[in-house]
Amino acid sequence: MLRALLTVLTLLCLPAAVLAQDLQPLLQENQAQIAKPSRKKVGPVLDALVGSGLPQAQEFLEKWQGKEVYQRQEDGLFFYAVKGDGGLVLTDIDSGETATIDAKAMKQIKPNGGVRKAIGEALVQFQLSSPDLTRRQEAVTALARNLDPAQLGALEASISGETDAALKARKEQLVTYLTARFGDTPETRIAAINTLSGDIRVETRAVLSQILTTKTLSTQSQPDANVAGTLSLPREEAYALLVETQDLPAPLTNDVIRKALEANIEGGKVAGVSAASLNTIAARNTAYDALAASGKAPARVSESDITQALATWTIYEVYEDPDPAVTAAAKAAQDAVNTKVAVSQTADLALDALSLTSIYFLAAIGLAITFGVMGVINMAHGEFIMMGAYTGYVVQLFIPNYTVSLIVALPLAFAVTFAAGVAMERLVIRWLYNRPLETLLATFGVSIALQQLAKNIFGTQARPLTSPGWLDGALVFNDVIQISYIRIAIFVLALLFLALLLFILKRTRLGLETRAVTQNPRMAASMGINPDRIKMLTFGLGSGIAGIAGVAIGLYAKVTSEMGSDYIVQSFMTVVVGGVGNIWGTLAGASMIGTLQKGIEWLNPSNTLAAQTYMILFIILFIQFRPKGIVALKGRAAGD
Amino acid sequence: MTKALSKTFLIRHPSTLWVLASLGLFTLIVSVLSEAAGTGLISTSFVKTLGKTLCLCLIAIAMDVVWGYCGILSLGHFAFFGIGGYAIGMWLMYARTEAIVAQNLSANLIPPTDSEISDAIATQIFGVVGASEFPAIWAFSHSLTLQLLMVLLVPGLLALVFGWLAFRSRVTGVYLSILTQAMTLALALYLFQNDSGLRGNNGLSGLQNIPGFEATSQAVISLAFFWASALALALGYLLFAWVTAGKMGSVIRAIRDDEARVRFLGYQVESYKLFVFTLTAVVSGIAGALYYPQAGIINPAEIAPIASIYLAVWVAIGGRGKLYGAIIGAVFVSLLSSYFTGGSAPDINLGFYVIKWTDWWLVLLGLSFVAVTLLFPGGIASLFDKLARKQ
Amino acid sequence: MNCFTKLLTSTATLAALSAPAFAECADPVKVGVLHSLSGTMAISETTLKDTMLLLIEEQNKKGGVLGCEIEAVVVDPASDWPLFAEKARELLTNHEVDVIFGNWTSVSRKSVLPVIEELNGLLFYPVQYEGEESSKNVFYTGAAPNQQAIPATDYFLDELGVEKFALLGTDYVYPRTTNNILESYLKSKGIAEEDIFVNYTPFGHSDWATIVADVVKLGEDGKQVGVISTINGDANIGFYKELAAAGISADDIPVVAFSVGEEELSGLDTANLTGHLAAWNYFQSAEGEANAAWVDAWKAKMGEERVTNDPMEAHYIGFNMWVNAATAAGTTDVDAVRSAMYGQEFPNLTGGTAVMLPNHHLAKPVLIGEIKADGQFDIISQTAEVPGDAWTDFLPESAVLKSDWKDLECGMYNTETSSCVQIKSNY
Repeated sequence: MLRALLTVLTLLCLPAAVLAQDLQPLLQENQAQIAKPSRKKVGPVLDALVGSGLPQAQEFLEKWQGKEVYQRQEDGLFFYAVKGDGGLVLTDIDSGETATIDAKAMKQIKPNGGVRKAIGEALVQFQLSSPDLTRRQEAVTALARNLDPAQLGALEASISGETDAALKARKEQLVTYLTARFGDTPETRIAAINTLSGDIRVETRAVLSQILTTKTLSTQSQPDANVAGTLSLPREEAYALLVETQDLPAPLTNDVIRKALEANIEGGKVAGVSAASLNTIAARNTAYDALAASGKAPARVSESDITQALATWTIYEVYEDPDPAVTAAAKAAQDAVNTKVAVSQTADLALDALSLTSIYFLAAIGLAITFGVMGVINMAHGEFIMMGAYTGYVVQLFIPNYTVSLIVALPLAFAVTFAAGVAMERLVIRWLYNRPLETLLATFGVSIALQQLAKNIFGTQARPLTSPGWLDGALVFNDVIQISYIRIAIFVLALLFLALLLFILKRTRLGLETRAVTQNPRMAASMGINPDRIKMLTFGLGSGIAGIAGVAIGLYAKVTSEMGSDYIVQSFMTVVVGGVGNIWGTLAGASMIGTLQKGIEWLNPSNTLAAQTYMILFIILFIQFRPKGIVALKGRAAGD
Repeated sequence: MTKALSKTFLIRHPSTLWVLASLGLFTLIVSVLSEAAGTGLISTSFVKTLGKTLCLCLIAIAMDVVWGYCGILSLGHFAFFGIGGYAIGMWLMYARTEAIVAQNLSANLIPPTDSEISDAIATQIFGVVGASEFPAIWAFSHSLTLQLLMVLLVPGLLALVFGWLAFRSRVTGVYLSILTQAMTLALALYLFQNDSGLRGNNGLSGLQNIPGFEATSQAVISLAFFWASALALALGYLLFAWVTAGKMGSVIRAIRDDEARVRFLGYQVESYKLFVFTLTAVVSGIAGALYYPQAGIINPAEIAPIASIYLAVWVAIGGRGKLYGAIIGAVFVSLLSSYFTGGSAPDINLGFYVIKWTDWWLVLLGLSFVAVTLLFPGGIASLFDKLARKQ
Repeated sequence: MNCFTKLLTSTATLAALSAPAFAECADPVKVGVLHSLSGTMAISETTLKDTMLLLIEEQNKKGGVLGCEIEAVVVDPASDWPLFAEKARELLTNHEVDVIFGNWTSVSRKSVLPVIEELNGLLFYPVQYEGEESSKNVFYTGAAPNQQAIPATDYFLDELGVEKFALLGTDYVYPRTTNNILESYLKSKGIAEEDIFVNYTPFGHSDWATIVADVVKLGEDGKQVGVISTINGDANIGFYKELAAAGISADDIPVVAFSVGEEELSGLDTANLTGHLAAWNYFQSAEGEANAAWVDAWKAKMGEERVTNDPMEAHYIGFNMWVNAATAAGTTDVDAVRSAMYGQEFPNLTGGTAVMLPNHHLAKPVLIGEIKADGQFDIISQTAEVPGDAWTDFLPESAVLKSDWKDLECGMYNTETSSCVQIKSNY
C-alpha cells in the first residue's frame, strides 16, 4: 500500500509529466497569488488563467472558489483534494490521478469572499451557456453582483438557448440593466430605462442611481456639463468645499491662532500684548491681527472674504453621465420608483407593526386572563414563557425532526405550564386573593426562583430552538415588503388563540362561569359555580398560553433564562393600556404598543432604545387620561 | 422640632429611642474597629459595605412609609435613589476632572479661555462615550451647592409631577405599581442611551475620589461617609417616626386601609398621598447621594425595575408598617445576599449533587418571599412584637 | 465583629488537585479571579474563571511560580458594576492577592480602575475593548480597536470592496466608541458620511425585522453594502435569525462581527450563516500544536462540547507572561513585575509571538474568520502582529495622545505639548 502510494506520488511530481497543455506550470508562475489571493491583485492571475484557453481552467477556478484546492507544503504544487479515510485524497489537476496523503503535508487554499466573487465573475463566460443549470444560475448571480458591460454580448447570446424559464427571465432582466447603463446609443438606453420605471427592486434602484451618479463642481460661470442642479449648503460647509476645490485660504481655527501666538511670544508678550491677558477669543484675535499686520503670520479670513467668495462661486451638482436625455429619463423612472417605494415602505412598516402586535398579544394574553379574572398580577408570567421555550428546546433534544418536535412541543409546553400555573395557584395565589399587592411579591419570588432554577439546569448560555425548514425564509411581496414565515406563523398562532379564547369565553360553560366569576365572584358562587375551581382553571389556561407563546418567541428570537423578563413589563403595559379583563382590550393594547413602537422607531431609526423610552412615557401619560385602559369594564363589573 | 418636643416625642415612642440608640452604638463600634480610627479589625471595604447598607436602610424606611403606612406600592423608588446619586456624581466628576485639566492647561504659554477649559473637561468626561461637549443638564455641575440642591429638587419635582398626575386620575393598587415600574424603566432606558448626557451604560465612575481630599486615604473617607450615612439614617428615622406618629400618621394609615372612606370624611386624600410620595422621594434622593460616593460608580443598571422590587421585598421581609422592620429587612437581606453570593458560604454535598450557594441562593431567596408573604405577613419585625408582648 | 467580617468576606479558595512538592514558601502566591459567576455576564465570564483555574492548575503541575504553589482566590461580582469595585478592594486588602485576572465589560473595568490604582494592584483585562484608556495598573491583553476593528474594516474595503457601511451595535460604550473611530476612519478612506448608517439597539434586543430591512435598503444606490456588527451577547441570535430569514447571504451583504465568537455561535444554528465573518485575535480552528494542546486540555477539563475563544487566549497569554515576569523579577511585587512585563514575549496559540508593549497592550495578529456550518470559523486572513494602540489615531482628540509606562511613565502623554495629561487613568 505504502509503496503504491509512493509510486503515485512520484508520478505526480514527475517533471516529465508536465506537458504543454498542463495548467500546473501556469499556476506555479502565479504561485503566491493563488496560495494567498487578494481581491485587488487576483485580476491578472484570473485573466491569465482564462486567457490560457486550457480546458482545465474552468474546473480549477470552480474548485479554487470552493476551497477544494490544496498546496503541497514541500514543493508548492497545487492539487484538488477532499477529506477521506486516513488523510486527504489528492487529485492531480492535469492528469486526474488520485492518491491519499497525510493532511499535515498539505495546506488548504482559502480564498476570501472578495476573491471568490472575482473568481465567480471570471467563470461567468464559461458558465453562461453551461449545460448544468446550477452553473448557469451561479453565472447569472455573479453577473448580477457586478454588471460587467463586456459580458453583454455573451449574455444576449445565451438567452435564446436558455431552457429554464425563470433563468431566462432573469437573463433578460440583466440585459435590460446592462443596456440601461452601458447601451451603445442613447435611444436604446432610454428605452431600457423606461422599462425600469416603477420597478422597485433594489437592483433596479441601484441601476437607476448609478446612471444618476453626480459629483459637485464649483465654477464661476455656467459649467459645461450635464447639470443636475445647484447645491445650496450652509455657509461654513460651502466655503469649506471651495477651500478644498478652489485653493482659497482656509479660515483659521482657534487652535491655529493659539499656536501662532504661542510661537511668537517674546518676553511674555505677543505683538505688544501681554500673553497672560490672552484668555479670551476676542483678545487673541486682536493680538493675532496685529501679528498678521506685522507680517509674522498669514491674515485671518474675514467674514466678508467668505461672503465674497460665496458670491463669486456657484456650486453645481453635475451628472457623471454626459447625456441629458438619458439622465432625464432615469430621473423620471427614479421618481416613479421612489413613490412606489414609499408606499411599500409604509406597508412594510405596517406588517412589522402587525407582527410585533401579535408577539405582544401572545405574550400578554395569558396575563390578561389571569389579571382580568382574578385581579392578580402574576410576576412569574415571563418565567412561564421561558418554561415553554425550554420545553421546546428539550423536545428538540429528543426529537431531531424539527417539524415533529414543534408539533409535540406546542401541546407539551401548554401542558407543562398549565401544570405549573395550577400548582402555583393552589400553593401560593389562592391564599392571597384578598391581598393583591402581596401576590405581586409572592409571584415575584416564584419568578426569581424559577429563573435561577432554569440557569442551574440549562446554564446561562442561550439555547438553540430551531424552526423547521418550511418556516425558514420570508414571504417576499417585493424587495421592500417582506416578512419572515416565522413571524407569519406567530401571527397565525395569535389569531388562533384570539379565536380560541373568544370561543371558550363566549360559547362554553367554562367561559360563562369564568365571566360570572370575573364580574361578581360572590354572586357566581351563590349560583352554584365553584369559584375556586374556575380560578384554578383560568390560571392554568393563562399560564398554558404563556408556555405556547414561549415556544413561538423562542423560535424567532432566543431561549435564555432571562427571556421572560424581556417581555414581562411590555406585557403588563399591554394589559394595562388595553384594559383589564377583556380580550379585545388586550388586542387593542398590543396593537397600540406595537404600532407606536414601530412608528417611533421609524421617526428615529438610529436609536431603538429611545423608541422604547418614548413609548413608555407615552403609556404613562395615556394611563393618566384613561386609567382603566382602552376597553374599560363598566358598571359593577369594574370592581371598585 | 424643638428639643423639648423631640424629648417627649421620643419618650412616647420608645422604639424610636431604641433604634437611635442602637444606631449610635453601632456607629461607635464600627468607628473604633475601623482602619481609620482604631484597631483596623473591620476592613475599609467592609466599612464601605456597612455605610452603603445604612443608605439602603434609609431608602427602605422611606419605602416603608409610602407602602407600609400609606399603601402605595411604589415599584419606582430606586429611580429617585439613582437620581440623587447622579446629581452628586455629576459634581464629583466635574470637580475631579476640572482639577486635572487646570493642572494640565497651566503648562500652556497662553492662559486658556473659558471655552477651552470647559471643552477640555468635557473631552475628559465624555471621551468615553465619544462626545466632547457638555449637555445642558450639566449646567450646574461646577457648583457643589447647586448640585446638592438638585439632589433634593429633581427627585422631589419628578415625584410631585408623577404623583400629581397619577393620584389625580385616581390610579390605585396594582395599576399604580405598574405605572411606577414603567417610570423607573423609562428612566433606566433613557439613561442607557449614550446620548442621554450621563455617559450611558458606563454611568459616572470614580466617585469614591472626593475632589479636594485627594490626599486623604479611603479608610478615612469611607468612615466619614459611614458617619454621614448613619446621621442621615437617624434624621430620616426621626422625621418619618414623627410624620407617622401624629394625626397625619393616622390619616395616612387610614388611606391605606380604606381610601374611599377617608375621602368621604372630607380629607384631601390626594394631597396626603402626594405629600408622602414626594417626601419619601426626596429622602430616597438623599440616600442615593450618600450611597454612590461609597459605591464608586453609578450607572443605569442601578435603577432597573428589579432594584425597586428588591426594595419592596426588603420591606416585606422586615415587616411593613414598622420603621424598624424596614431596617431589619434591608440589613438582613442585603448582607445575607452578599454572604451567599460572595462564594464564602460552604457548599453542601448531598452525595449525588453539590449545592453551590452562588447557584442556589436566588432560588432560596425567591422561595423565602413566598414563604414570608404566605406565612409571616408581618415580617421579621412581628417576631419582635410577639416577644415584646410575651414579656 | 471581626469574626463576622471574616465570615462575610472570606472566599472559597481553590487549591490545585495534584500539586508537586513545593519548596519552602514564606509568602504564598495568590491570584485573584474577578469574573461574574452570576447575573447577565455570567454566560461569558464563567468560562474565563474556568480558564484561569485550568491555567493555575497546569502551572502548579509545573512547579508553581517562584517555588510557591499558586492559590486562586475566586470571587463573584455578580454582574453588578459597583460590586466589582468592592470585590476588587476585598481581593487587594483582605486577601492580599498578587495579581487579579478579571472583568469583561468596560463599565466593570471603569468601576475597578480607581480601586486598583489607589491600592497599586495589578489587573489583567482579557477582552477586546474600545481603547481610549491607559492605566499604570492594568495590562490589556484583549484587542484594542486597531487590532480588531480597523483591520476588519480594511478587509471590507480592500477584499470585499464594500462601499457603504452599516454600523450596528448595542447601545453601550464599546460599540459607540468603536463606531466613532470607524466612522472617522472610513471618512479618512473617502467614504462619504451618507454612506455610513449607524444604529444602536438595547441589550437583548429581539425585534430585528425593521433594522434588517433598513440595511437591505442601503443597497439601493448600487453600492456594495457591508455590516459591521458590535451587537453584544444574546441579541445576536435574533439578529442572525432575521438575517437568515431575509435570505441575505454573505455574498450580498457580508456581516463582520466583533463580539461573536465560538461561544456565542453555540446558541445558534449556523447553517444559514456560513460565510459571514468575525474578526478576533484567536479562533479555535487555528492550526498549530500549542492550540491543539490547549483545546484538548480545555475539553478534557470542561467537556467535549465546550469551545475555546479569544478572551481565553488573552488570559492564556496574560497569565503565562505574568508567571514569566514574576520569575524574571524574582518577586510578585507589583512594580517589579510591571517593569519585568515590558518586552515579555510568549507564543500565541495562533502562531507567532505576542509581545507586551510599554503601553500595556500586546502585539498580536488579527484573524478574520468565516462562519462554518459547524459553528467554527474558517480563518481566511491572518495579519502579522499588530501592536495594540491605547489611543486611536483616528479621533482628533486621541491622535495626539500616547501611552508609555516604561520610559515616559505616563499613560496619557500629549505629544503635541509634550506633557503628561494625567497619571491616573480617566475613569
